[in-house]
Amino acid sequence: MTSPEKSPFALSPRDWQSQPPYLHPPYKSSVARAPRHALVPLKASLGELTQPVYGHDSASDIDHDLTRNALKNGEPIGERIIVTGRVLDDAGRPVPDTLVEIWQANAAGRYVHRTDQHDAPLDPNFLGAGRTLTDSQGRYRFVTIKPGAYPWGNHHNAWRPNHIHFSLFGLHFASRLVTQMYFPGDPLLELDPIYQCTPEGIRSRLVAGFSLDHTEPGRALGYEFDIVLRGARATPMQGQP
Amino acid sequence: MTPAGQTPSQTVGPFFAYGLVPRQYGYELSSLFGAVLARPDTAGLAIRLTGQVFDGNNETIGDALIEIRQADAQGRYPGSTDEIAASGFSGFGRVGTGTLPGNAYEFRTVKPGVTPDGQAPHIDVIVSMRGLLSHVFTRIYFSDEEAANARDPVLDSVAPERRPTLIAQRIDEAGGVTYRFDIRMHGDHETVFFDV
Repeated sequence: MTSPEKSPFALSPRDWQSQPPYLHPPYKSSVARAPRHALVPLKASLGELTQPVYGHDSASDIDHDLTRNALKNGEPIGERIIVTGRVLDDAGRPVPDTLVEIWQANAAGRYVHRTDQHDAPLDPNFLGAGRTLTDSQGRYRFVTIKPGAYPWGNHHNAWRPNHIHFSLFGLHFASRLVTQMYFPGDPLLELDPIYQCTPEGIRSRLVAGFSLDHTEPGRALGYEFDIVLRGARATPMQGQP
Repeated sequence: MTPAGQTPSQTVGPFFAYGLVPRQYGYELSSLFGAVLARPDTAGLAIRLTGQVFDGNNETIGDALIEIRQADAQGRYPGSTDEIAASGFSGFGRVGTGTLPGNAYEFRTVKPGVTPDGQAPHIDVIVSMRGLLSHVFTRIYFSDEEAANARDPVLDSVAPERRPTLIAQRIDEAGGVTYRFDIRMHGDHETVFFDV
């Protein structure tokens, strides 16, 4: 078999300097769940293992618009926003035709998920989940409602900052990324152990920028959030399988 | 332009189900991926792959997301929706551990074959959950593939005492073949997780 180092499909390594540690005691749930052994380098290349196969019809015409994809008897309550950006690899190349899935709380800070016990109202016209595919330039675009902050049990008077969950594969199984996008100027960021677990100087990559260019007059504020995934380290030569 | 650094991971949190596995949990959204990777007419040995995820206190975890990627019985990964439509084999599955008794996960698939580069039959796994700030990768090998496992460079690179954490145990039942694979986040017999 091909050694991972020599594989023409090798991915750039996961940059652990940019990643949170597994164990971060201020985030209490990590204590019982974080692995304690060091990761074992995989003696095989996963670079040729692609993202899951899905069709271009995987996301319907309104799956990217969370203000329209779950309407029952009106419009969702809250501040309409546009969230857009590019999915790039760490060499700066766009990642086209890749699935971006998001989920989030409603404007009141309440998730549809049945185990969310926060005493805040559900919105009958807002599910809070969406998906889309990036275009040929790696760009994605969602229309949604700005999520509210909500309390959680991590410590006394703990509140999660406003955030949207993102799930992506990119072109490869090994470039999988699950992350959260935050909003600029949120005073809860400096108090949040999940955000703070990411190294200083790196964590600002998780904060979207306000964008007047993407703001729709009379309709919705725009936020821009680029996402950078691991990419192929070298372009496979033509004719290789 | 200057390439930017990799975006950091953040936990999947406890509330992913209605976004990532909505159909399994009964939410009003279609699921792109689910627990069934193969049709009854898909070539190969139909198997049930099941197990539980345990935390460091030996308690089962009911809000983990398990994603698997595997080759078909011939060791091939489907490359297009046309191929999937023809063979019935999707090569990828996704489930949460919150809907079955004991917080079990369960996939219906076929046993993968030896891949063209000679690796023993295996399934690649990504595990995400509340409390895990980055997802982890692991691999499932099969207890009835001793010869292939003995030649596999990945298994060979793992300390012998930890290798059993990567082997799914075959159980032959009247209803068919089950492989059981538990995942232990830490504590005794912590599952081997890979840097890929």
